[in-house]
Amino acid sequence: MRDVAIIGVKNTKYGELWDRSLRQLVVEAGIGAIEDAGVSGKDIDALYVGNMSGGRFIDQEHIGALIADYSGLSRNLHVPATRVEAACASGGLALRQAIMTVASGYGDIVIAAGAEKMTDVCSSEASTALAAAADREWEGMAGATFPGLYAMIARLHMHKYGTTSEQLAEVAVKNHSNGVHNPIAQYRNKITVEQVLSSIMVADPLHIFDCSPITDGASAVVLAPAEIAHKYTDTPIYIKATAQASDTIALHDRRDITTLDATVVAARRAYEMAKVGPKDIDLVEVHDCFTIAEICAIEDLGFAEKGKGGLVTAEGETAIGGRIPVNTSGGLKACGHPVGATGIKQAAEIVTQLRGEAGGRQVDGAEYGMTHNVGGSGATAAIHIFSRNR
Amino acid sequence: MSVPRFWRNLGSRYNLEGTHCKECGEYYYPPRDTCVNCRRLGKIEAYKFKGTGEVVTFTVIHTAAEGFEEQTPYALAIIKLDEGPCLTSQIVGDPEKVHIGLRVRSVFRKLGSDGERGMIYYGTKFIPDEA
Repeated sequence: MRDVAIIGVKNTKYGELWDRSLRQLVVEAGIGAIEDAGVSGKDIDALYVGNMSGGRFIDQEHIGALIADYSGLSRNLHVPATRVEAACASGGLALRQAIMTVASGYGDIVIAAGAEKMTDVCSSEASTALAAAADREWEGMAGATFPGLYAMIARLHMHKYGTTSEQLAEVAVKNHSNGVHNPIAQYRNKITVEQVLSSIMVADPLHIFDCSPITDGASAVVLAPAEIAHKYTDTPIYIKATAQASDTIALHDRRDITTLDATVVAARRAYEMAKVGPKDIDLVEVHDCFTIAEICAIEDLGFAEKGKGGLVTAEGETAIGGRIPVNTSGGLKACGHPVGATGIKQAAEIVTQLRGEAGGRQVDGAEYGMTHNVGGSGATAAIHIFSRNR
Repeated sequence: MSVPRFWRNLGSRYNLEGTHCKECGEYYYPPRDTCVNCRRLGKIEAYKFKGTGEVVTFTVIHTAAEGFEEQTPYALAIIKLDEGPCLTSQIVGDPEKVHIGLRVRSVFRKLGSDGERGMIYYGTKFIPDEA
């Protein structure tokens, strides 16, 4: 297998983008990433795009072909384009497919993109589409919503470990604080613990400010074999590990409802592949679709003892300048969560940080970064480790 | 949900019919045709659950899923049946009285409907078992 590097990244603005279509968003991200990398369309060997639910959100399937076409890669160049779907982990898996394509030698210059256009349907239709990431027949039919599933994780975490609503709120407060410094973020305003706790209850104990928003957006990265990456950029960022794991589709079938075993196993595989441990990681983008999800993530990835995720967050250890900065982009909570795009945006954020180009949210001297992308309530986890050094 | 999609699971939805692997002894609800432990070597048979169990965790849903809007606020729980498996279901009655560890038993209830003129779905919910 060959070493792989990221040589270009681009995110569109994330938000409620009423005037932009899916194809416009992903073309903007793709062309931006290609320009960042300094490659040309005719260099591209393959394209992968993470997209959860074009069928539900915009009545459009065959997203790979659509995007290749409108990127100008089809009629003359006939670049192979593949859509990857794993609910909210679609982007992370698209990145993994692209990495494996380059590592195996099947392609040299490969694009990994992610995109979701969620605001063309009303919020209840969007919620129904998102609920399809859980078990429709045995969770959805009982009246489960996505916030409801994570609320049940939160309730048990509180019961077992003494985690508090205030600690959950601290996750949202910290991620909004980071989002202020991210030009693409959907929300660039600070919030307070009191605001989170007084916002409307969605699924007890989760308030609306414990939840990531509905977002339009696209992101893209360009991959190349490590041995030629310096031809394109002075600061290639190397992929040190790509790992993925599965767990039961339904939350009720998990070994432990407060632990995402898919995260635990994928993390173990990633650490082994990169030959590093949690202490070597300088910053991490985790899948904070709900505040409780970030608390479970930092525990399951090894950055906090099980049950102490809320405590270390409240003590500032996950803030920029803390022991392990988490979600410098603002995370899903403040940067926004266009579901299929999130896994790619996480990678773009880590690349931006490791290049030293993150401006007001820069983590100084970062060498190793990690991304953690989850599908559903934890049935899929994709984890990547990146480094400035090969 | 389409009529056949609901209808083909009526036994499980109405009567808590699941499965049981005679090879390893594990019980499955929702039913599985392939044992998680023994995979293709498992010996799966039908099993009707007693319908008693305990609340593992729960939430009170205020913003409902489509089709459940009229039921808010409603308590949704993960319930561990006495035979072992866990399932997701609503707890009927006052959501304030639900707590982790609450003993519950199954009851036959309306689940929802496809709008005013659509099909009505019935199935299993749970109530506190305070006998």
